[in-house]
Amino acid sequence: MLKRDSNAQQKANNKIVARLALVVVCMFAFGFALVPLYDVFCDLTGLNGRSIQRADAGLTADDLTQVDNNRKVKLEFVSFSKAGHQWRFSALEPVVRVHPGEMQNVRFTIENTSSETAFVQAIPSVSPGQAGLYLHKTECFCFEQQKIEGKQKVEFVMRFYLDSALPKDISQMTLAYTLYAVDGNTTARVN
Amino acid sequence: MTTVTTANESATPQEHEHHGPEKGIKRWLYTTNHKDIGSLYLWFAFIMFLTGGAMAMVIRAELFQPGLQIVEPHFFNQMTTVHGLIMVFGAVMPAFTGLANWMIPMMIGAPDMALPRMNNLSFWILPFAFAILLASLFVEGGGPAFGWTFYAPLSTTYSGDSTALFVFSVHIMGISSIMGAINVIVTIWNMRAPGMTWMKMPLFVWTWFITAFLLIAVMPVLAGAVTMVLTDKFFGTSFFDAAGGGDPVMFQHIFWFFGHPEVYIMILPAFGIISTIVPTFSRKKLFGYASMVYATASIALLSFVVWAHHMFTTGMPVYAELFFMYCTMLISVPTGVKVFNWVATMWKGAISYEVPMMFSVAFIILFTFGGFSGLMLAITPVDFQYHDTYFVVAHFHYVLVTGAIFSLIAATYYWLPKWTGVMYDIGLAKAHFWCSLISVNVLFFPMHFVGLAGMPRRIPDYSVQFADWNQIISLGGFAFGLSQFIFLALLIKACRKQGEPVDAKVWDGAEGLEWEVESPAPYHTFTKPPKID
Repeated sequence: MLKRDSNAQQKANNKIVARLALVVVCMFAFGFALVPLYDVFCDLTGLNGRSIQRADAGLTADDLTQVDNNRKVKLEFVSFSKAGHQWRFSALEPVVRVHPGEMQNVRFTIENTSSETAFVQAIPSVSPGQAGLYLHKTECFCFEQQKIEGKQKVEFVMRFYLDSALPKDISQMTLAYTLYAVDGNTTARVN
Repeated sequence: MTTVTTANESATPQEHEHHGPEKGIKRWLYTTNHKDIGSLYLWFAFIMFLTGGAMAMVIRAELFQPGLQIVEPHFFNQMTTVHGLIMVFGAVMPAFTGLANWMIPMMIGAPDMALPRMNNLSFWILPFAFAILLASLFVEGGGPAFGWTFYAPLSTTYSGDSTALFVFSVHIMGISSIMGAINVIVTIWNMRAPGMTWMKMPLFVWTWFITAFLLIAVMPVLAGAVTMVLTDKFFGTSFFDAAGGGDPVMFQHIFWFFGHPEVYIMILPAFGIISTIVPTFSRKKLFGYASMVYATASIALLSFVVWAHHMFTTGMPVYAELFFMYCTMLISVPTGVKVFNWVATMWKGAISYEVPMMFSVAFIILFTFGGFSGLMLAITPVDFQYHDTYFVVAHFHYVLVTGAIFSLIAATYYWLPKWTGVMYDIGLAKAHFWCSLISVNVLFFPMHFVGLAGMPRRIPDYSVQFADWNQIISLGGFAFGLSQFIFLALLIKACRKQGEPVDAKVWDGAEGLEWEVESPAPYHTFTKPPKID
C-alpha cells in the first residue's frame, strides 16, 4: 500500500462513492422491479391462485372428453364483499362435487341494497394455491367489472372445469371471491 | 508493505493539529470529526433507547393485568409500533454507527472517516426523522399503529393520515443509514494505514464492512416499500390492493426482503464487538480469525435467501416452505462457528471478569438462547403454532436485547475509558450488569411459556390463564427499565471525568491500534499513519 497524497485519496474515494451510490439506486429500482417479477413468478407457478383471472383460450375438445370418472373433487365457493358496502354476494351452490374434466355451471348473485348504482369487481383466490393452475373458467362474471343498479339483484353464471391433470392429492379446493368497489381509477378504498 | 511513512504532506491536517474543537453548540452542529460524530450518535441512540424503553414500560404496565386498565387499545398499538421502530432505527442502528465512527478510523490507523461532511449530514438528519415520528403520536388520529412491520393493508387501507409522517421519517432514517454505510465502506477500503491488509483488520472492522454492504443493499428496498405504501394510501396506486390487481402478500415479500438482512445488520457488528472483547480478557488470540471473517460473510449472503420464513403462514406451497426452512437452518452453521470460536478463545485462557467481559459472556450464553428459539421458529410445521405469539417476542428480544444491546453495553464499558480518559465507576457498572442480567431474564424468559401456551403478540388484553406470568414479566420489565438509569448515572459521571485516569492501554490483554493512542483519545489521531508489522 503506497502513501497517497490527499488529491489521489479524494479521487479514489469519489470512485467508490459513485459505485456505491449506483448500487443504492439499483436496489431502489429493484424494490419496484419486485412488483412485476412477483406477478410473473405467480403466473408461472400458479402460486396465490392468481393465474385464473382470465378465460382459458387453449380450450380444446380433447380436454372436455377426458373426464376422469374415477374421482370427484369437492369444490367450495366462498363469497365476501368488502366491508363498508351494502352488497349481498352469495354463491347459490356453495359446494359442488365434480369429476375432473367435466364442465360445470355455478351461479352467484349480487344484490345491491343501496339506492346507488355500484360498479364492482370480483377478485378470485384459490386454495390450495397450486390448484389454481388446474381450474379453467370459460365464462365468469369476474373477468370484467359489473354494473349493478340500485336495489337490484343480478344472477351470474360461472362456467368452469377442472383439468384432468389435477394432482391426485388434491381432493378438495376452495374458490374465494371478494367483491370490491371500482371507480374510474379501478381502485377500491374503504372509508 | 513495509514503507516507512512520514507525515501527510498536504497542509490541511497539520493546520488542524494546532486547534482543538470549537466551543459551544457550534462544535456539535458543524463538526466533521469522527469522534464528535461518534459521540453524537451514541448519545442520540441512548436517548432513543430510553424513549423506546418508556414505551415498553407503557406496554408492560397495560399487560400487568388482564383486561384494559391504562391505555386505549389504539394507543397500545401505537406504543408497540413506535417502540419497535425507535429501538431498531433509533437505538440499535445509530449506536452501532456511533461505534463505527469512533472506532473504525482508530482501528485502521486513519485520521478520520473518508467523507467527514457527509458524516455530519447523516447524523444531523436523524433527530429530524425521530422528531417527525414522535410528533405523529400527537396528531389527530394518532401515530402509526400497524406494527413496526407496517403490513398492508393495515398501513394502507386501515391507517390514519399520520402514515405520511411515518413514511417520511423512515425515508430520512434510510438515507441516514445509507450515507453512514457508504462512509464506512469508503473509509475501510481507502483509508487503512500502510500494512493494514484485509486479513489483519480487527473483526469489528470486518463485521461493520460486511454490515455496510447489507445496508446499502436493503435500505433502498425499504425505501421502495414505504414509497409504495405512501402512493397506495394517498395517490390511488394498487401495489398491495387486490381490487386494483395488487397483492397484500407481496408487501410481506418486499418488506422481509429488507427485513431479514436487517436483523443481521443489527447483530453482525455485535459479533465484531464480542470477538474483540473476549480475546482481551482471555489473554489469548481470537480462535479462528479467518473462519470468523468467512462466517460473517456467509451469514450476510444467506440472509438474502431466507426472508419468507417470516411468512410461513401466508399459504406458501410446501416446497417453498421447505426451501426457506432449510436455508434458515443453514444460517445456524456459520453462527455456530462464531459461538464455538468464542468459547474456544476462552478455553484455557487466563480469564478475568472485568465488566465488558461479564456482558460479553452473558451475550454468548443469552444470544445462543435466542439463536435456539430462532431455530425452533425456523421449523415450518411448528412455526404455525408459534407464529405471532409471545414466543416470537421472546426470541427477537433475546437476540436484540441480550444480543445487540448487551454487545453495545459491553462495547461502551470496553472503550469508554479510551473515550473519556478515566475509569468509570466499576461498582455502578457491576450493579448495572447484575440488575440487567437478572431482570432481563425475568422479563423475557417467561415470554417463551406464555407464547407456547398461545398468548398472541400486539394485543392489549389476554386470557386470564396468562395473568401470573405476565405480572412477573412486567415486574422484570420495570426492573430492567430502571436498571438502565444506573448506566445513565455511570455515563454522566464518566463524561464529567470523575474517576481514575487511565493509561493508553486500558486493559492489559487488549490489542489494536486504538490502544496505542493516549487516553482520552486526542481530538485528532493518526494524522501520521502508524507503522504496522
